Amino acid sequence: MSIRFGDPDRPNSYIGRTVPRPNAPRLAQGRGRYVDDLAPPRMVHVAFVRSPHAHARLGAVETAAARAVKGVLRVFTGAEIAAVCSPWVAVLAHLKGLKSPPQHALAVDRACWVGEPVAAVVAASRAAAEEGAALVDVAYEPLPAVTDMMSALDPETPVIHPDLGDNLAFRRLHHEGDVEAAFAGAHKVVAARFRTARHTGVTPEPRSILVDWNPAEGQLTAWHATQAPHMMQTVFAQHLAVPEARVRVICEDVGGSYGVKVHVYPDEMATAAIAKIMGRPVKFVADRLESFGSDIHARDHEISARLAVDADGRILAMDVDDWTAIGPYSVYPRTSAIEGNQVVNLCGGPYAFADYRAQTTVVFQNKTPTCQYRAVGHPIAVAITEGLVDMAAAELGMDPVEIRRRNFYADDAYPVTSPAKMRFEGLSHHASMDKLLTLMDLDALRADQAEARSRGVHRGLGFASFIELTNPSPFMYGIGGARISAQDGCTVRMDPDGSIVALSGVTEQGQGTEAMLSQVVAEGVGVRPEAVRVVTGDTQVTPYGGGTWASRGAGIGGEAALLSARALRGAILEVAAAMLQADAATLDIRDGVVVDAEGGAARLPLEELGRIVYFRGDTLPKGLPRELVQTRHFITSDYPFAFTNGVQASWLEVDVETGVVTLLKHWCVEDCGRVINPQLVDEQIRGGIVQGLGGALYEEIHYDADGQLLNGSMADYLVPMAAEMPDMVIGHVETPTRESMLGAKGAGEAGTAGAPAAVMNAINDALRPLGAQVTEMPFTPERILRALGALDD
Amino acid sequence: MYAFDYVKPASVADAVKALSAEDAQPISGGQTLIPTLKQRLGQPSALVDLTKIADLVGIEAGSDSVLVKGATTHAAVAAHEGVMQAIPGLAKLAAHIGDPQVRNRGTIGGSVANNDPAACYPAAVLGLGATVLTDRREIAADDYFQGMFTTALEEGEIVTGVRFPIPEKSAYAKFVQPASRFALTGVYAAKLKGGVRVAVTGASESGVFRWAEAEAALASNWSPEAVETLAAPAADGMIGDIHGAPDYRAHLVKVMTKRAVAAA
Repeated sequence: MSIRFGDPDRPNSYIGRTVPRPNAPRLAQGRGRYVDDLAPPRMVHVAFVRSPHAHARLGAVETAAARAVKGVLRVFTGAEIAAVCSPWVAVLAHLKGLKSPPQHALAVDRACWVGEPVAAVVAASRAAAEEGAALVDVAYEPLPAVTDMMSALDPETPVIHPDLGDNLAFRRLHHEGDVEAAFAGAHKVVAARFRTARHTGVTPEPRSILVDWNPAEGQLTAWHATQAPHMMQTVFAQHLAVPEARVRVICEDVGGSYGVKVHVYPDEMATAAIAKIMGRPVKFVADRLESFGSDIHARDHEISARLAVDADGRILAMDVDDWTAIGPYSVYPRTSAIEGNQVVNLCGGPYAFADYRAQTTVVFQNKTPTCQYRAVGHPIAVAITEGLVDMAAAELGMDPVEIRRRNFYADDAYPVTSPAKMRFEGLSHHASMDKLLTLMDLDALRADQAEARSRGVHRGLGFASFIELTNPSPFMYGIGGARISAQDGCTVRMDPDGSIVALSGVTEQGQGTEAMLSQVVAEGVGVRPEAVRVVTGDTQVTPYGGGTWASRGAGIGGEAALLSARALRGAILEVAAAMLQADAATLDIRDGVVVDAEGGAARLPLEELGRIVYFRGDTLPKGLPRELVQTRHFITSDYPFAFTNGVQASWLEVDVETGVVTLLKHWCVEDCGRVINPQLVDEQIRGGIVQGLGGALYEEIHYDADGQLLNGSMADYLVPMAAEMPDMVIGHVETPTRESMLGAKGAGEAGTAGAPAAVMNAINDALRPLGAQVTEMPFTPERILRALGALDD
Repeated sequence: MYAFDYVKPASVADAVKALSAEDAQPISGGQTLIPTLKQRLGQPSALVDLTKIADLVGIEAGSDSVLVKGATTHAAVAAHEGVMQAIPGLAKLAAHIGDPQVRNRGTIGGSVANNDPAACYPAAVLGLGATVLTDRREIAADDYFQGMFTTALEEGEIVTGVRFPIPEKSAYAKFVQPASRFALTGVYAAKLKGGVRVAVTGASESGVFRWAEAEAALASNWSPEAVETLAAPAADGMIGDIHGAPDYRAHLVKVMTKRAVAAA
């Protein structure tokens, strides 16, 4: 029996409704359990000595003073850790040509960025460990640092890793059609240089890990704030030489991840290695300065791009030259080439055109490594595409909405394959734009803009359509050789009291995964969501799965939960049919009670069925299956990725005296397929938008020319704060994927994908009559004034 | 943070005595000092807490001046009826220092003694031509501020209060550093019996300073338009950091001066 999603009055209709989050009271009452809340007996703390140089050869490490500090137990150097923790190389076979040198948990011969861990001090308290770390004396021999992206490949630039031959990590050129001919014959060509700033995730809970090694069992247990427990299980096993079955990764509450916590970090690997050496629990919680210097950074791109259009505003061709600098190592195991690769895959995404050329050049430099961060590559590709589309509209004197409508794939054109060779199952650009315009009063906004302009007040409206990659198949990582599961599983069981336990391979980072799973399972079985207890984040307990990344939790984890819940429903009804001497097909489960499907008369509460199965199984027919535990897995197979789409609009005011941008309002309509929980989806979109607004207006990691990190604190690294955020209006179009019964695609990254481009276009809409344009993020007041020519230089 | 002794004197005299110990340091609101100690950038032998001294807390609004005692919090100044009536620009300045936590711990004496080049209070003290009172003397604002983090205070000298003359009109306009709410550039403009004063904080490598050209222009024509005709001060000597280049700060000095005059 399928689920009639279109009927809101169907029984157990929890999918599609806002239901309470089961973990919210616990978190709100301070009863969450984060890694730092754990303190097992014999636990010690580790603090790291980090390189103050962007590039330096390591000489003698003097540890005597540190070891003399009261409470300090041991000091480890890179060589000592390397003896138990093998180095890793972050490449993937399908990213042809990607190269990266072996990376150690603690630097062995050279430190390659400011903040790279070079020694570790273990003590009875974090304070003693820090005091010891301050006394470790490392003989550094500074080496020339490579910090400029665009000259990283120049012959006179030093090569960071001589064994690799040059500073090129990866380059990919994709060419479809005849771009040169299309540009030569175009009515108009617009071109621009864009820059997106290196920034980072700034998780409320910093990276945290507590590792214990029990020599009696030969078991390593890691309590880890991570998005991917099973991936980390494999990594610990491989690099610490422990059988995978003897590694357990437990991930309780996590205070935000945004992609930061899905990577392998040298300090965390060193913590695990130290636990194995010392045979006792070792805790590492990054402080905020460490976070800025060692959490992955992202989005450090410089792009030259151009767009060709005909006289009707139809896009003929797009040409993109993307450069990104990733630090000294590709980050394990997902690699640091994915972001640039996504720029190539995603530019021009919403639009039907034929001739496309895009190249990404990924270079090494002596700064903190970069890797996948929320909406990987999307904000860059959307800014390039939507920025150029608006510039073309302005050249043609065409309305920005109209030029988009003329170029979107028709909503009934799917499936289509884009010039970047991305396959779209079903998108809704036109319907989403229609919906957006119903949410915003465009005429009133334009009238207000004109009236304000007459008073010397400069307001702007910007649009950004986008596509978003979600629900990845093994084509994302597995095909390249990484042991990262694209499949996910769920085990659902009924206990004797009729309550349901769901064990899922996807994880909760604070975004509401548990609520989503509880309502999917509740509807699938036929109980209330509060009757479902969700367990995630324990490799010894849950089915094997990928965890939370690439907007896959609901679309893949949710489908596995639905399939397992439906299987449990079937198993329950089989027992119920025997007990009631009825045909299972005539029965249903509603609100925790077996009922007649027709009419809904109550026949048997689940707790009574549980009592019989678990305690009076003798009364059931011999041989009757009574498996009240069911596991199902789900993997996408028809498409490599489930693309979603949407459109955002930003309405803002630019103070042309100070350069300050005030955000007045923001809209987003997105299509994530089936919406499982409207409130959670809306809040995911809003949170994503805020992160995108951060990239657009505030966030930038600054380095000087020697590779020194200049803003490693919350006083100097600007994040979006509540007071600056506009009201956000969120709407949905639902085009369910046909790959699954649930029909859900991902929603976690769409807000971040489109917001920066919408803001850029709105600022440029405000500045256009003044003859100014900005394309370098973040759009700081100073950059805006420089664009306006208000400053001296 | 390194270990230190905590001393809580009951009188100014006891505080001065406690501060004579080697490496002893006064603490008032601690809004700069505590973060510094947490970063292990300081190692005092003792912290002498001034906030528990009754004589150092309170506000006295008179007919021609307002006295704010040294350990009075920003929140108290912001909420004080007498200050709001006599010098609304000063109350408003206090109401926008940092965030609520800072305003309820931080004190005027601590701010003026520290003389952070981006702090708000120095602009008001200099802009209003106030007098800084200490345990041993009175110092005119023009003599008190001597450059970034540098003042006329002697070793162990305690700011017991600041006496502000009541102006005809005055206001403070601040361009905030978005994270800390420090002044990226802040301007206090005042029209006093003795003339016009314009003091700028946040912008100069020499700390708070008076913008003479603006004072001259405003003396004959107290209006934003009078500022509009001026060239921005030279970028040379302005602070340049990740939040703003010297020429940007110089530009903001003019913009904020206009806005301060308009708001007064």
